[in-house]
Amino acid sequence: MSEASQISNSLVKNLSYKLQSSWKTLVVGIPYIWLFIFFLVPFFIVLKISFAESLIASPPFSSLFQWAEDGALQIRVLFDNFAYLWEDELYITTYINSVKVAFISTLICLIIGYPMAYAIVRSSPTKKNILLMLIILPFWTSFLLRVYAWMGLLADQGTINNLLIWLGIIDQPIRMLYTQFAVYLGIVYSYLPFMILPLYANMEKLDITLHEAAADLGAKPITTFLTVTLPMTMPGIIAGSLLVFIPATGEYVIPDLLGGGNSLMIGKVLYNEFNNNHDWPVASAVAIALLIVLVAPMMLYQHIQSKESES
Amino acid sequence: MKKQRSTFMFSMLCFGLAFLYIPMVLLIVYSFNHSKIVPIWGGFSFRWYKVLFESPEVWQALLLSLKIAVVNATFATLMGTLAGLALVRFGRFRGRTLFSGMISAPLVMPEVITGLSLLLLFITLSQFIGWPSERGFTTITIAHITFSMAYVAVIIQSRLTGMDESLEEAAQDLGAKPLRVLTDITLPILAPGMLAGWLLAFTLSLDDLVIASFVTGPGSNTLPILIYSRIRLGLRPDINALATIIIVTVAIGVILAGYIMWRQEKQRQRDQQMAAADKLDFDTETTA
Repeated sequence: MSEASQISNSLVKNLSYKLQSSWKTLVVGIPYIWLFIFFLVPFFIVLKISFAESLIASPPFSSLFQWAEDGALQIRVLFDNFAYLWEDELYITTYINSVKVAFISTLICLIIGYPMAYAIVRSSPTKKNILLMLIILPFWTSFLLRVYAWMGLLADQGTINNLLIWLGIIDQPIRMLYTQFAVYLGIVYSYLPFMILPLYANMEKLDITLHEAAADLGAKPITTFLTVTLPMTMPGIIAGSLLVFIPATGEYVIPDLLGGGNSLMIGKVLYNEFNNNHDWPVASAVAIALLIVLVAPMMLYQHIQSKESES
Repeated sequence: MKKQRSTFMFSMLCFGLAFLYIPMVLLIVYSFNHSKIVPIWGGFSFRWYKVLFESPEVWQALLLSLKIAVVNATFATLMGTLAGLALVRFGRFRGRTLFSGMISAPLVMPEVITGLSLLLLFITLSQFIGWPSERGFTTITIAHITFSMAYVAVIIQSRLTGMDESLEEAAQDLGAKPLRVLTDITLPILAPGMLAGWLLAFTLSLDDLVIASFVTGPGSNTLPILIYSRIRLGLRPDINALATIIIVTVAIGVILAGYIMWRQEKQRQRDQQMAAADKLDFDTETTA
């Protein structure tokens, strides 16, 4: 092979390598830049404003960077908004209440969802497809309309009260809409499929014969469940619980529509602080504090997902 | 004992499904109620459907929502596919941890935070570079693409991990250029995942209330924003009619898609069996 052809050969190789790597840069680059601008930067803007001072101006907050009289750049960081959240009992109560509501709802979802997922796994292939479809279908229909459906059931003049009065069980309507009970019901109802699907995916992979073996060896059903089934389905339980707990903590629509004025949920406070009180710095501080509450469960979820995709 | 347990499981399943479906069934039944007060039955009628079809705001909101959903789904599918490809096929690259964090964070981020942060970004941008000059179609679409592409990326990722990489390697070894491998091997395999991603992104966008109400401007009402503003004040029979139309449309779509996927799966299994049988024939012929 002559030297010239060798050089041209290596040139071609080099060029194709470069082309390929620039093609790769493009594939990563487009979504990367998009997420950087529309996900990461906004987050830092919220962080910045949460340290600013509330002003009656447009925009209604002070700048972090100011030119002092001697011309030096000053950075003014105020922890006032966070101190305000900390001192105002209303906010603390709201945070605790949000976590409590989300936690109890997650537990109820688990108690209802676990046997449902189990029953689906155990059914015949054709039935399984139909049942899965029935679980997924509500997930595709409008979330807002499913919450609205409960308004019709729970209202003072609603279906449940009408039915109970007609049956003669009660003679005065029970107040159910605009109560804490309605918020729990709404959250469990809306997030139940999110619990069932990860549980199902986890159980589907399990060897169901294992606990039959345990039963054959004389283990009591409760022992089999506690020592074999429960530990094996733990990844599904954790994934499903996080998928319910995280969004439920920041939920806005359900407490607003079903909980009415007296429901204290942090997502609702954030929304009202921003849209009704126009207090951007406090709204931003509420958002950051909410993220702090949720950062541990969110990282746990990411960890599980990345482990799942590796295996 | 075993029988008892499966009876318990089965009754829980029935209870759970009833819990999921009874509210929706009642919602549909009451849409045909003539009475103005939703839960009191006043006879069968299409009265509220007529009211609904004669309302121009509903049509405007529906049109805006559909426009946003289509543009969002298309862009989210393209970018989500790129992101999924990068995460599964490119191994380690600079900034990978940040990238995978940013792509999956929108999945679990509370909607109020996503909405607030994007609105603050749009306001800051319009102060510094004058864009976006007004909020509405563009800002809602951008917000929706940002969270929808995360869902698409997850679907593509799982599709790619399940796919046999040796197919691509074989094509490459036989001399196919990278672009040719992409168009002839990778994309056809990814196509069902991309379709599923598109549909998911489309419905997520149609369904979103919280993020859209943060980043929208005056006069740009999407369908969920319109519905929400009406039901906040109580039950509305015309919303029952609208809900019925939406639920029935979605149900038909999902069942149809499920049926088509099920048939394709059956076809694939049959093809595999045929191929195996052919191979068996070939093997016996060559040995004979």
